[in-house]
Amino acid sequence: MNAIELRDVKKNFGPTAIIRGVTLDVVSGERHAIIGPNGAGKTTLFNLISGRFPITSGSIALNGTRIDALPPHRINRLGLSRSFQITSIFHRLSVFENIRCSLLWSRGYRYSFWSPLARQRRLNEDAEQLLEELNLSSRRDLVAGLLSYAEQRALEIGITIAGGAGVILLDEPTAGMSHSETEYAVSLIRRMTAGRTLVMVEHDMRVVFDLADTISVLVYGQVIASGPPATIRASAAVQEAYLGAVAA
Amino acid sequence: MTARSEKSGALPRQWLWLLALIVAIALPWVFYDWGHHRQSGFVISMLSQMGMMAIFALSYNMLMGGAGLLSFGHAIFFGLGGYSAIHILNGAKAGTFPIPVELVPLAAGFAGLGFAAVFGYMATRQRATAFAMITLGMGELMTVAAMMFHNFFGGEGGVTTDRMIDFSLFGLSYASGLQVYYLIVAWTVLSIIGMAFLTGTPLGRMANACRDNHERAQFMGYDPKTVRFLQFALSGFFAGIGGGLFALTYEIVTFDAVAAPLSANALLMAYIGGSTVFAGPIVGAVLITLLQSGLSLLSNAWLVYVGVLFIAMVMFAPTGITGIIQAHSPIARTGRMRRLVVPYLRLVVPGLAVIVGVVGMVELLSFLTIGAAQGKTLVLFGRTIDVNTTAPWIVAAVCLFGGGVWLRVEGRAFHRVWETLTAELKVSAP
Repeated sequence: MNAIELRDVKKNFGPTAIIRGVTLDVVSGERHAIIGPNGAGKTTLFNLISGRFPITSGSIALNGTRIDALPPHRINRLGLSRSFQITSIFHRLSVFENIRCSLLWSRGYRYSFWSPLARQRRLNEDAEQLLEELNLSSRRDLVAGLLSYAEQRALEIGITIAGGAGVILLDEPTAGMSHSETEYAVSLIRRMTAGRTLVMVEHDMRVVFDLADTISVLVYGQVIASGPPATIRASAAVQEAYLGAVAA
Repeated sequence: MTARSEKSGALPRQWLWLLALIVAIALPWVFYDWGHHRQSGFVISMLSQMGMMAIFALSYNMLMGGAGLLSFGHAIFFGLGGYSAIHILNGAKAGTFPIPVELVPLAAGFAGLGFAAVFGYMATRQRATAFAMITLGMGELMTVAAMMFHNFFGGEGGVTTDRMIDFSLFGLSYASGLQVYYLIVAWTVLSIIGMAFLTGTPLGRMANACRDNHERAQFMGYDPKTVRFLQFALSGFFAGIGGGLFALTYEIVTFDAVAAPLSANALLMAYIGGSTVFAGPIVGAVLITLLQSGLSLLSNAWLVYVGVLFIAMVMFAPTGITGIIQAHSPIARTGRMRRLVVPYLRLVVPGLAVIVGVVGMVELLSFLTIGAAQGKTLVLFGRTIDVNTTAPWIVAAVCLFGGGVWLRVEGRAFHRVWETLTAELKVSAP
């Protein structure tokens, strides 16, 4: 069973082709990394899968359901959640409120304007629990915009995962982190995504080879190789793509 | 610090609310005219205005502070609530629509809700600038409509009613302004409770979330359009209640009640009072109404002062009055207020000079054109002033510019102290 299936997905911005026919399978429960040189279209691919941008042609399916014409909130309700490369949190809400908001839809609260949040014991306990797991309990009541960068990234991962989506897309979760922060983030991701399908864009090769079960290499809008880490490491095409990128 | 300094912080919130309610109930009796054994009509009418404006400003802030939506047409729902209340009262008087006076504001609220659902359906598909533009257009549309459709709006003269319909839940006649005032107090309390409740529900919180980052909210399963729509409709409900109270108080509603100046007033009240604190718009409503009722008796140019106040707030205190007060609470809690006393005192003299300068200039200018034509004499700060001599102009200019420069210097010094204090607080925080 594939969690995500892309079939010949293309995306043009005006006359410029950014994604030039991507066919990709993400197997349920695997950790799948997408790597490639800058400008290869990795983030664009995430934006297409999560519904942020419409595709130009092709098809995308989530757990067998076509999602390429759906708006982001509907795709999310079908069990897909994503993080952003540039931290995307509710900067004027407290850390706790950020987490609680991310739980609401999956707990069936929908657009309720009759249930007082303060009285929802299960919801609040679970939000506290998540804060604990993210190591952010001491920051509970701080406005999220005032967190340190690494803490904001941890919160971002937290609110991406909180809703219980089965498929998680993480866009460069360790970008801009120090060595020790990266190590902590990797252990956090490993712990929080256990039993779920994870797709991540990542530049740090240590992280990629440490976490991923499968690696796909995206170059100039096309997947040139896909397979287990050992195969990718040995692939001549991949090395050429990276060396070419460096030489250019 | 010590326990004593911690205790000296603000009163618990609930007590402040209770205190405000007691003051609201007691105020008409403070101004009771014992000589003639009657209420002060001026005070009661001003207090009534404060109540309905507090509801209106709070409902506006459900959009501005709560959902990050800048509306320029919020008076539509206040006004339409008011018009509906007039027709409901007339229906009740004629016996076709039996409803007690006390529930007329609620019916007006539902009218506001209905109209807000219709208008909101169009406006809330957009956000930010596009939303603001649409509401601006809707406001203009309503003003024109109020002039055109005489059956409902009554044209330029508006529609009138008689609130004494002989049908009350409590057997009251509502012949006196005092009885209406207490009805307003009751509905204001209910509306405040309702709106405060909404801020703590999933919808209220997701409105905040969409304000901060609508895209992220989408990736949590929420459609920001639906969040905006529901928030807009509910804010129309409360605006409608305010309009219903307006109709009950004045027994007349004209196109002014749906027009742009009232929408702008909602913005002013919410902003000056503080859009980031729940009670902020109430403070703004009380202050602006005071200026409207009190200052307008003293000066032709009172609106200029409201404008200057607004611009000053936008430039120097974007969080409004309550926002400023709230910013002090961590400093007070850690017992550091003492260190702000001197910097504050040093702002007093240059601040007063600027105020004297602004008031002097505005009054001199306005008197030169309007005042003289009305054949009045200018009395400023207890002195009769001849606008045709140069001395008062020079004094006003010196106060304004000299005070301005001085205030700038003191303001910078104050800012440095403030920065030091907040930096200290960050370090001492766990």
